[in-house]
Amino acid sequence: MPFIPHTEEDIAEMLASIGADSIETLFDEIPSDLISGELTGVPPGLSEMEITRLMMERANIDGSYQNFIGAGAYEHHIPAAVWQITTRGEFYSSYTPYQAEASQGTLQLLYEYQTMMASLTGMDVSNASMYDGATALAEAALMAVRLHRTSRRILIPKTVHPTYRKVVRAIVSNQKIEVVELPFCPQSGQVLPESLDEFYKEDFAALVIPQPNFFGVLEQVDALTDWAHSKNALAIGVVNPTALALLSPPGEWGSNGADIAVGEGQPLGIPLSSGGPYFGFMACKNKLLRQIPGRIIGRTNDLDNKPGFVLTLQAREQHIRRSKATSNICTNQGLMVTAATIYMSLLGPEGLRRVAAQSHANTLELIEQLEAINGVKRTFSGPIFHEATLTLPASVDTVLSKLKDQGILAGLNLNEYYSDMENALLVCATETKTSADLQRYTELLTQALK
Amino acid sequence: MLIFEHSRPGRRNYSQAPTTAASNNKIPENLRRKSPPLLPEVSEMDTVRHYTRLSQKNFSIDTEFYPLGSCTMKYNPRACNSLAMLPQYLGRHPLAPEDTGQGYMACMYELQEILKDVTGMAGVSLTPMAGAQGELIGVMMIRAYHESRGDFSRTEIIVPDAAHGTNPATAVMCGFKVVEIATDKTGNVDMAALKAAVGPQTAGLMLTNPSTLGVFEENVSEMSRVVHEAGGLLYYDGANLNAVLGKVKPGDMGFDVIHINLHKTFSTPHGGGGPGSAPVGVAERLLPYMPIPIVTHEDGKYRWVSEKEKPQSIGRLSAHMGNAGVLLRAYIYVRLLGMDGMHRVAEFATLNANYLMAELRKAGFEIAYPTRRASHEFIVTMKEIKDKTGVTAMNLAKRLLDKGYHAPTTYFPMLVPECLLIEPAESESKETLDAFVIAMKEILTEIEEQPDMVKDAPHTMPLRKLDDVKAARELDLSWKKPSS
Repeated sequence: MPFIPHTEEDIAEMLASIGADSIETLFDEIPSDLISGELTGVPPGLSEMEITRLMMERANIDGSYQNFIGAGAYEHHIPAAVWQITTRGEFYSSYTPYQAEASQGTLQLLYEYQTMMASLTGMDVSNASMYDGATALAEAALMAVRLHRTSRRILIPKTVHPTYRKVVRAIVSNQKIEVVELPFCPQSGQVLPESLDEFYKEDFAALVIPQPNFFGVLEQVDALTDWAHSKNALAIGVVNPTALALLSPPGEWGSNGADIAVGEGQPLGIPLSSGGPYFGFMACKNKLLRQIPGRIIGRTNDLDNKPGFVLTLQAREQHIRRSKATSNICTNQGLMVTAATIYMSLLGPEGLRRVAAQSHANTLELIEQLEAINGVKRTFSGPIFHEATLTLPASVDTVLSKLKDQGILAGLNLNEYYSDMENALLVCATETKTSADLQRYTELLTQALK
Repeated sequence: MLIFEHSRPGRRNYSQAPTTAASNNKIPENLRRKSPPLLPEVSEMDTVRHYTRLSQKNFSIDTEFYPLGSCTMKYNPRACNSLAMLPQYLGRHPLAPEDTGQGYMACMYELQEILKDVTGMAGVSLTPMAGAQGELIGVMMIRAYHESRGDFSRTEIIVPDAAHGTNPATAVMCGFKVVEIATDKTGNVDMAALKAAVGPQTAGLMLTNPSTLGVFEENVSEMSRVVHEAGGLLYYDGANLNAVLGKVKPGDMGFDVIHINLHKTFSTPHGGGGPGSAPVGVAERLLPYMPIPIVTHEDGKYRWVSEKEKPQSIGRLSAHMGNAGVLLRAYIYVRLLGMDGMHRVAEFATLNANYLMAELRKAGFEIAYPTRRASHEFIVTMKEIKDKTGVTAMNLAKRLLDKGYHAPTTYFPMLVPECLLIEPAESESKETLDAFVIAMKEILTEIEEQPDMVKDAPHTMPLRKLDDVKAARELDLSWKKPSS
């Protein structure tokens, strides 16, 4: 029996101890009309050898492509040690650290993670993670509304990841919170701070500021943060953690810094893996600490005054507060955070800076080459980090299909997300691409456009 | 020692990051970072040692018996992990074209179909990333259902007092008012209270069955009738599905929507508290509201169901495809189990729980619901022991750590005083259960002979009892570099 160790003798002895004549008897409190028949939709069991063969066959059907798609999930080199340590059974098969004395490994690691993320984002505190970047943004919006008390409106520019906007809308609309979308400048690809006063006059609880934005463009974060604060609203930064090695962190934006920083943690050592599991990060200023959802780890002492770590501020959480909790969130993405913490430790400040700088330089190099192709131009004039939007002289789908046949996933067709943007391609070249890769991409795109 | 305390300025790992520092930097001066983030500067070997040593300070399923009630800490098969980590699966971008993901999508489609059969529901969406998110999505669908019928008066969700805290928290997050109903003496929901609570304001009932008291709701069909007659819908919290997997289908009990905790019943790793994954299943009438993405199969090809095809969908609740890699692990697990293996899960989880309950009762522990069968878990109450000796459930839990066992769930559900919720899971052998009973008996003797020693437990862990009050009062949530 798969994963059941009982021998016939065990079963007989156990039933005798219980005083039941069969395993069936143990279900005698369940009304008999509810007992189901065979699970006809479940195929017969496979051996480990058979499932290995099946999964390898299916993996081979999917094949391997050279990937230039970003759009919220980024391919970076993941050091070998990251997942070898992360999948150790003691991390992989433990649960939420409710028994602190038997969970110091996970707890200390999470404290170290909180320290790294608070510093990376320039914030006072970080929680122990959320599900993903999109839900972290939704929770940040809920936090802002809880703090603001009078306005139930959140401003989100259309330069924020389109799926994030959908997720935020789906979650916050349950609490009658209104999401107002802000337009962007079609030339620069940025939200223009100077246009906001004219565009928007009502009260709002928070302004969301992406950095970089979905088009890969860098926003004028200082002016946007100050504008939100001048309207008595919070500034929520939604940021790429790799980019933060080069870019000013949300905590330092404008005169007083943004109030909440969230984002997708995937670039920090998490494989692309068809979209998950990733993790969302969330950090904030001290004044918002009691509003932050999710697990938080604190350092304390044991009876002998030795330092140790525990789950703290649990009075915010659902298992204590039930209907009055800050969120219904229970687990974080513990194992993903384990990988990210090991990743950040292995890279250190200089390693992460190099990853960011090389990704930036590679994308610049690729864009310069592509702009030299007749008819290809950058869609937006704003500065970029490691992703850019190009306007092609032909259908993006046709081009993508041709490059796919050559083993390259050349980017994302933005038309699927912005119906008024035709022939726009979003492309990303991280540090994983060599100059030869970039040249090959350029050559194949040149051919595809002929 | 923290990783930061191993740090030395200028120490780097040369092989893991780009070897040359790129010089082409076109980031405007005013947007650049001014000082580097506080990340440790440590060697690869230091990092590996540090985190390996930290891992060794954890209890885990791989190292200890972990009878944490309502968490289903069963063995996580190694093949599920190694096969889900094949390079093609790891390397696939979530927005890669469908025709480059037919192998992966085949697995997802089959998982949807298998979960439909196991739960007796008409449709399954794999998107929720944790149990609590599955609940949120389920309650959102209940709301969408009522509102699409022009019924805006249903403002209440009924939750039994034994429910997980996520149930009431979810209902509130969805904009509902929570009505809590009591449990009767035998551990069933109080039917009179339920009947009094339902009405035209009832949006639905959230029920865990078997409940967190470790017993099957005997009146579930009657409850279903009462709630449906009042126009409400029934939500099944799948936290305890392991107890009835392959025995009873939630769809047959009358539930309209269910979430399935794959990290419990389908053996995906708990990972120190996530990632979870909690697909939702729905009955016919909720099909239009399911969240996307969903995989469909037509003309020999797998594809994502588009938003246009689901105009009434509650929308998207994750940036991509939920916790895709966790779903792969669950798929591999169900294929290894197969039909027969699936039927045996509940049988042996129930056998283990009832055996352990019988043995602990014989050892002198008080069972909270002694007249009932255990489901896959049961409750021991320490109330009498505490009244006599002052030793609490938490003290006993900490003493168990000394003996090499992870503690059961303590103080949940809240309505049983000094409770220990014990769930052995089907993957544990009789010898392990017997050894656990011996340890529990030893503690019982220790409570009589040296209660203060038990109250001060743990004694053999890397640390002694930790000060939670200090942690909350003198908040220290991140390490600060000492100013030298």
